[in-house]
Amino acid sequence: MTSLKNLRRPAWLGPFVALLIVYFIFAAITPEHSFLRTQNLLTMSRQSVVVAICALGMTLVIVTGGIDLSTGSLVALTTVIVARLLKGGSSPFVAGMVAVAVATAIGALIGVCVGRFRLMPFVVTLGAMTALRGSAIGLASEQKIDCDPKGLDRVLEASLSAPGIWIAVGLAAVVAGMLGYTRFGRHVFAVGSNEAAARLCGIDAGRVKIVVYAISSMLVGIAGVMEFSTLTVGDPTDSNGLELDVIAAVVIGGAPLAGGEGSILGSVFGALLMTVIRTGAVHMGMPSWVQYIVTGVIIFVAVAVDSVRRRRISR
Amino acid sequence: MTEPPSAVRSAVPALLTVHGIEKAFGPVAVLKGVDLELHGGEAHALLGENGAGKSTLMRILLGIEHADRGTMKLGGAAYAPRGPGEARRAGVVMVPQERTLCAHLDVVENIVLGIEPAGPLGILRRDEALALAKHSLALVAGEGRIPLEARAGAMSVADQQLVEIARALAQGGKSARVLILDEPTASLGKEDADRLFERVKALKESGLAIVLVTHFLGDVRAHADRYTVLRDGKVQGAGDPKVVPAERIVHEMLGRELESVRGEADAVKGAAGYRGEQAEGVAASETLLDVRTLAGIRKPREASFVLKRGEILGIAGLVGSGRTELLRAILGLDRLKSGVVVKQAPRGIGLLSEDRGGEGLMLNRSIAENIELSPRGPLFVDPRAVRAEGARWIGELAVKASGPDQRVGDLSGGNQQKVQIARLLREDFDVLLVDEPTRGIDVASKAQVLELLRDLARKGKGIVLVSSQLDELVSTCDRIAVLRHGELGPARPAAEWDEQKLLLEAAS
Repeated sequence: MTSLKNLRRPAWLGPFVALLIVYFIFAAITPEHSFLRTQNLLTMSRQSVVVAICALGMTLVIVTGGIDLSTGSLVALTTVIVARLLKGGSSPFVAGMVAVAVATAIGALIGVCVGRFRLMPFVVTLGAMTALRGSAIGLASEQKIDCDPKGLDRVLEASLSAPGIWIAVGLAAVVAGMLGYTRFGRHVFAVGSNEAAARLCGIDAGRVKIVVYAISSMLVGIAGVMEFSTLTVGDPTDSNGLELDVIAAVVIGGAPLAGGEGSILGSVFGALLMTVIRTGAVHMGMPSWVQYIVTGVIIFVAVAVDSVRRRRISR
Repeated sequence: MTEPPSAVRSAVPALLTVHGIEKAFGPVAVLKGVDLELHGGEAHALLGENGAGKSTLMRILLGIEHADRGTMKLGGAAYAPRGPGEARRAGVVMVPQERTLCAHLDVVENIVLGIEPAGPLGILRRDEALALAKHSLALVAGEGRIPLEARAGAMSVADQQLVEIARALAQGGKSARVLILDEPTASLGKEDADRLFERVKALKESGLAIVLVTHFLGDVRAHADRYTVLRDGKVQGAGDPKVVPAERIVHEMLGRELESVRGEADAVKGAAGYRGEQAEGVAASETLLDVRTLAGIRKPREASFVLKRGEILGIAGLVGSGRTELLRAILGLDRLKSGVVVKQAPRGIGLLSEDRGGEGLMLNRSIAENIELSPRGPLFVDPRAVRAEGARWIGELAVKASGPDQRVGDLSGGNQQKVQIARLLREDFDVLLVDEPTRGIDVASKAQVLELLRDLARKGKGIVLVSSQLDELVSTCDRIAVLRHGELGPARPAAEWDEQKLLLEAAS
């Protein structure tokens, strides 16, 4: 019975504790307590927004046992779409909405390939990654698109009143609620845990996956609008490799790539943890190669600790 | 063919009537006019050997397959489900032999999977889900036996099974009328099995008709009210298992053709003569394997035997008796609880897996690569040498293939089996543990594979042969032991066994 209790420990607790530990280590060793200032906290939250919003969708995808490698390319494509529309005279609202709609449609298409045609998610999204990057570069005529952001640049200011951070918090709450408290959320876990069993119980596993990839890409589209807000240009080469940061955040957040498990809160803590490491390293004046190594070690340790814990429980 | 309806029975109309069901897959007729009557409040055992048509009949009841001919009536109304969903709504549900819970979800979530009570926006109604789960769990397990918040993956197999029965009942809803349990005790120990049958009894008394698809005659005699034997797609016998003697039921399962099959087998392989010749050599020859009170974590419970050079030891046992587990324990693939295996086989022990596609072979690699696969061998590999070696073994074992480069997955079952055997022979193991070598292969290949095993024994290998084909054991082995609920009985000379005796011993 004790082992059962262990297993029911909330999945986000581990990443949360890790986040606190890393945060306070940096807080203690950075010069002049620059790490503890409110402004720094705000900056870090702001820097986490794009990865965190993408991680919400990636959590759904990974819970079903899938993976999405197209995240970075799709963010870049979104910034390009937003920039072109703004330049063409659209309102910021219309530009953002169209970009998110395009991203959602692309996600649905990926979902159909995975859910209906039973193609491997890795391969489908690897293809999408390359093709979407190409589309972004083509749509931007191989250069950055400068335009008047018409107020979109203020979405993600480093201020408590900036809507971007609150949008991210709101989305996290909605997705967490959906995963934990709706029928659809149960089906997402069931498909990732034992697809055959889910089918046996009358669940259309293919449809669940289509919806999951569509939602995930919609969230990536929203993150892309946020990214535009910080860039204020449409940059087709932006966010190269972002998907790996996102996957790392989800994995640190306690979701095994085998599927069946995952927690939105955990993934958000995972995204914050990665930002804290990066910012802390900058405050310490560490060279960027040290950041990379520290981040890599933390991913490794997070997964290793989790897997040791699991093995102990299953004994 | 069918049992004449008794006076009592005709008074109570049957809950489910199956009449003249026929089903063929291509040219193969699997069901040839089956009649079956299920009554509410009764446990009905469906018996028969592998391939007798039990599963096909159950799949038709569940709407997964559709009968070519024949009618079914449920509660007086015509019943022809187009899919499992429709069968479920009509109240016909099944618990399959393998466990099919979502390991990561908890008990409540598993029970309501697919029928989650939800409000607007699909938001779960947890209280309703909990009530539903509690209600159906109460039908199968005592209060508090199964914690509702436990994850399925952390539960024992027995508890998982109870949860699955609860799920089947929940999904059948208030209309649940027929509950099919496919080999329910195959993966359970004695105590768990007894507890399960207590629950089956309670469910039965609540008015459900229960179908037990099983091999265990002992269970049938103790817990079923009626039985029906299927053989070759036909009903071969039916009655009250408490009245009809076990010998007769076994006879109905195996059939009259028994003698002729045996004769054929002996004629093809000259087994009788071979066995005589071997008997003298065995006593004097050296011991290869001495297994003493071996016990695994779950199975086997206790197994002891000695394997000598040049002999084939047969192991008979029903599904779930721990046959494969015994072989894995001997080889050290699974952790042991107790016991020792004294290996005096300098060139090692090889396992021929029953799961050819899963762990026996790399189906999408070539024949040569599969044969060459070995922990030993040179650091650098010359592809031409691998191919030549593959070609040599193809010739040696008469594998029907286009060449050593052919994908193993494209071969027939029998030829795949030969490739697996070639790999073991190439390693030149002293002891071969052979698990269901003739499963899923045609008759001619079957004879070849068995002949090959006998030839190997003659050349001084020691072989442990596990098979559910009893005729195969009797005609191939020197000695046979019966594995029952994880316990291995004494090995006795094959001449002292026949199929009936083996089945009686294994199924009791």
